[in-house]
Amino acid sequence: MSSKKVVLYFTADITDQPIIYRLVKDYDLVINILQADINPQKEGTLVVELTGDNFGPGIEYLRRLGVAVQPLTEEIIQNEEKCVSCGACTAICPTGALYIERPDMLVKFNSDRCVVCRLCVKACPMKAMEVRF
Amino acid sequence: MAVEKTYQEINERIKKGRAVVVTAEELVSMVKEKGITRVTSEVDVVTTGTFGPMCSSGAFLSLGHTKPRMKMHKVWLNDVPAYTGIAAVDAFIGATEVPEDDPLNSIYPGEFRYGGGHVIQDLVAGKTVRLKATAYGTDCYPRKEIETEITINDINEAILFNPRNAYQNYNCAVNLTNRTIYTYMGMLKGNLGNAHYSTSGQLSPLLKDPNFKTIGVGTRIFLGGGIGYVVWNGTQHFPGINMDESGTGFGHAGGTLAVLGDLKQMSPRWLAGTSMLGYGATLTVGLGIPIPMLNEEVCRYAAAGDDELYAPIVDYGEQYPNFIPSNLGYVSYAELKSGKIKVNGKEVPSAPMSSYSRAKEIAGTLKQWIQKGDFLLGEPVQLLPNTEAGIKANSLKG
Ligand code: SF4
Ligand code: SF4
Repeated sequence: MSSKKVVLYFTADITDQPIIYRLVKDYDLVINILQADINPQKEGTLVVELTGDNFGPGIEYLRRLGVAVQPLTEEIIQNEEKCVSCGACTAICPTGALYIERPDMLVKFNSDRCVVCRLCVKACPMKAMEVRF
Repeated sequence: MAVEKTYQEINERIKKGRAVVVTAEELVSMVKEKGITRVTSEVDVVTTGTFGPMCSSGAFLSLGHTKPRMKMHKVWLNDVPAYTGIAAVDAFIGATEVPEDDPLNSIYPGEFRYGGGHVIQDLVAGKTVRLKATAYGTDCYPRKEIETEITINDINEAILFNPRNAYQNYNCAVNLTNRTIYTYMGMLKGNLGNAHYSTSGQLSPLLKDPNFKTIGVGTRIFLGGGIGYVVWNGTQHFPGINMDESGTGFGHAGGTLAVLGDLKQMSPRWLAGTSMLGYGATLTVGLGIPIPMLNEEVCRYAAAGDDELYAPIVDYGEQYPNFIPSNLGYVSYAELKSGKIKVNGKEVPSAPMSSYSRAKEIAGTLKQWIQKGDFLLGEPVQLLPNTEAGIKANSLKG
């Protein structure tokens, strides 16, 4: 069974539709919401990981509704040579992908939880977080 | 009778490879277990460490003469200006200097990818650095320009001299405004989105000798991976006691150190060029100080744990930039290290700016050096002013 991360952009008229419910019920997809942002104008982005055999038809359904779907192809990596485990990225990472392992206080990176928002890439004082295409 | 030890006695034991050395972290649990009296007599030296961004760092470089001779007037190292108004071929490269064509904050927040701190790291790493210099020419120093390459091994002297390092304690920074701000304390999200702190708490050198009973001019230290010395108090050395409105004390703060050492024996692992988004370039410095267990008082202070050491919570959105005294309360390093603190009744994620794991490595390395007999304690020829000196900060008019 394949799982893929995608970014969904939707406009205000779609926000009131039960898309997640449909994806689960009609397409039998397992959905892991990695990041959700809805602005006051009710437009939003969802970064989700979709797992299931009906991935293709599920995406088709979303596109029909007018949701823009983009694969999450970029990847973030932690350059372990450069990272000094300062911790400066851990409270700004929105998903907990960068976290402190206690009691050693080492900074670890769980790429499964990363939504490639790039906040850490900008904020890391050692430039240890890198984008890979 | 209470234990009293001298530097000479401890150094004798170090030379014989018999000194008992523990890190400040180990001392905390040791004292809880065995009590002050026993630990003071058993332990000779306690090692501390810190590894964080430290502005007010830089290096003096004596570059060597050119042929024909040149009295350098302006100097650039990898396009970063260095200050050469001290002598013909001497220059000081400051950690926060950036190239003249850096976009700074004109594209906000600026990235400050390369600055003086990075030049220092490249030098220490043995990398080739581009040197450019211009001069006006004199009878004895006729040459007017040079562009060449140097490495740390080609130049005569390279001395790390940091006029203000190792802040005794530091603020826990938060942001009460509703927008993200970019500070020397990192990226602070609005509406108390996160809280950043920047000391190694129970491993932090000046929190472990808060009254400067052992640290002074001549104290030998771990500096940038090599050996360095405390040469004076740091600039902005205002030792005092943190207090809340009711006058309750929350420990020492305000002390700083000026430190110096031969850059040629240091390592890029412990001197790292640093880019603070929207703020500037700087240098992350590894620094560790041995504290001799002279008596119970020294030991008691050195044994303070993260739960007994506090940082003041300060708003960097409005109050800090406008120099308005601000205190949103005190929080212990134990709470800060847990990753969550309470500010104004709200739960806020907390994160460090200074690496605890590296601080621990420094304290461990220093401990090994002393155990092996390689590193003797430097007895201060003069202690530094402490809270009793009552030094007050001045600020500029205008
Ligand atoms: S901010 Fe950079 S150097 Fe610091 S822990 Fe995160 S990745 Fe490592
Ligand atoms: S890009 Fe960085 S900050 Fe954003 S989710 Fe991934 S690890 Fe976290």
